[in-house]
Amino acid sequence: MNTLTPSQYLPETPPGRHFRAEKFDVGSFFFSGLTGLATLFILAILGVILTNIILNGWSALSWHFVSTIPKKDFFDAATTGVLPMIVGTTIRVFVMTIFVIPVGVITAIYLTEYAPNTSIITRVIRAAVNNLAGVPSIVFGLFGLGFFIHFIGKNLDTLLHHPSAVWGQPALIWAALTLAIMTLPVVIVATEESLKAIPPGLREASLALGATKLETILRIVLPQALPGILTGGILAVSRAAGEVAPILFTGVAYYMASLPSRLSDQFMDLGYHVFVLSTQSPNIDQTRPLLYATVLVLLILTLALNIVAILIRARVRKKMRALG
Amino acid sequence: MADISLPKITATATAAAGPSARPLIQIESVSLYYGASQALKTISLPLAEKVVTAFIGPSGCGKSTLLRCLNRMNDLIDNVRIEGSIRIGGHDIYDRDVDVIELRKRVGMVFQKSNPFPKSIYENVAYGLRLHGLRNPAALDEAVEKSLQQSALWEEVKDRLHSSALGLSGGQQQRLCIARAIAIRPEIILMDEPASALDPIATARIEELILDLKKDFTIVIVTHNMQQAARISDQTAFFYIGELVEFGPTGRIFTNPTQKRTEDYVTGRFG
Repeated sequence: MNTLTPSQYLPETPPGRHFRAEKFDVGSFFFSGLTGLATLFILAILGVILTNIILNGWSALSWHFVSTIPKKDFFDAATTGVLPMIVGTTIRVFVMTIFVIPVGVITAIYLTEYAPNTSIITRVIRAAVNNLAGVPSIVFGLFGLGFFIHFIGKNLDTLLHHPSAVWGQPALIWAALTLAIMTLPVVIVATEESLKAIPPGLREASLALGATKLETILRIVLPQALPGILTGGILAVSRAAGEVAPILFTGVAYYMASLPSRLSDQFMDLGYHVFVLSTQSPNIDQTRPLLYATVLVLLILTLALNIVAILIRARVRKKMRALG
Repeated sequence: MADISLPKITATATAAAGPSARPLIQIESVSLYYGASQALKTISLPLAEKVVTAFIGPSGCGKSTLLRCLNRMNDLIDNVRIEGSIRIGGHDIYDRDVDVIELRKRVGMVFQKSNPFPKSIYENVAYGLRLHGLRNPAALDEAVEKSLQQSALWEEVKDRLHSSALGLSGGQQQRLCIARAIAIRPEIILMDEPASALDPIATARIEELILDLKKDFTIVIVTHNMQQAARISDQTAFFYIGELVEFGPTGRIFTNPTQKRTEDYVTGRFG
């Protein structure tokens, strides 16, 4: 007959082994084994770091520790506390978020929805965003000092006729703005990705019903992009909570007797406090538990901020799914 | 922005429909260029009121492109240049004074792939109404119900108006898109292969719907399916590589075409 049967071209399947592999696939096993090992390795490193911190810092961690404003002597375990550092870190991250999310989202909307792809301005903006992401943190700190404090702050003081420097010196607001500029690329990219993920058919449907481009963005596109925007916010918060270099010249203080109450106040910071404890300590063995406890508090704080943001995002997603 | 607001679009004062009435849409010598390449070659075509006109032709012949000119959706594409004029109700829609938003209120569109918003069924239909200022909840309820009834979807969704539109089947979603389009009572509905992604039963329901909608709306439908064009349209225009080859009453185009290319296409010799 002229009909072809498969068995002419493929090796015979031995009876009883219809769909199982002929022999053990070494390559597959080796490769999946390798990827599994890599995952375990990363988890192990994380585990080691966390265990080290917890073991060393657990003894100094107490309710008293997290709720006391310390005296100038940080190294006395009985009287010291990190409350101002917790407050300082939280507030600066919060103020940063207020600035970075609107600016980042609006930039991303411009780049995705309005900017003509071939225009040179668009390419310049994209290049700027990419390069901004690669700038070292300490450079942001110097920028903040030069631009926000010496230029804007000083002129603001002159404009408002302040006799002594109020805005022209390190302050919460300048540190927050510096951090906002540093984390801007993260928010822009996350927002852009979520905007691009929205199928163009939805925009077309809206426009065909007589909506303007702005109405389409506000009513259809942005609500759908909200989870992605929140993801960008989460990433920005995580990055900013642990950064010390950008706040070094722009707002952090070695010691403040009271909690920050105005945007022009300086503040204390958990990350910076770790640096202080490890370099200024007279007795490193005595200070070590305090050091690790501070790091532990920073980690817990970052985790808490993340969890809050993730919960908000989950609620938004749930509302979107239910409402449809 | 609009200095002229388009008056109610009617072709004739009397209700007489059919090809003998003065055309509602007058396409005159329209050419369209994507950059350097010409997609439409001097198309002239009168489209009558309250009549279903079908655009047929092989892929890439420009029928969807021409359809999208009628509600200026081609404005959204970079590098597009249009010559000639398209008059709807006597006004050239490419005139500088024309408000595109107003135009799209009067000329609705249903797309090939159904694109309901990720909102509830109710909110989908109400979207256009809210957009144009209707806020009164009772009025919205009534308008939504009327549109869903007119697009033969009401019975199936009346108990779950506030559930997600994405939970509907393909055919239901497309009928929802039709309901959404007719909710704002456009005079003209443009349909770009509305049933091509649907199974035969869903397709049949859409076709039934179109025949019903013909009473109140002027419909222009692009279709690959010649049998569909023969079933539901009153007038047919056959396009081939950017040119209008032949236009006339559907019956004549399919049984007694004057152009050889038309005859070859409708008898299935190519395309």
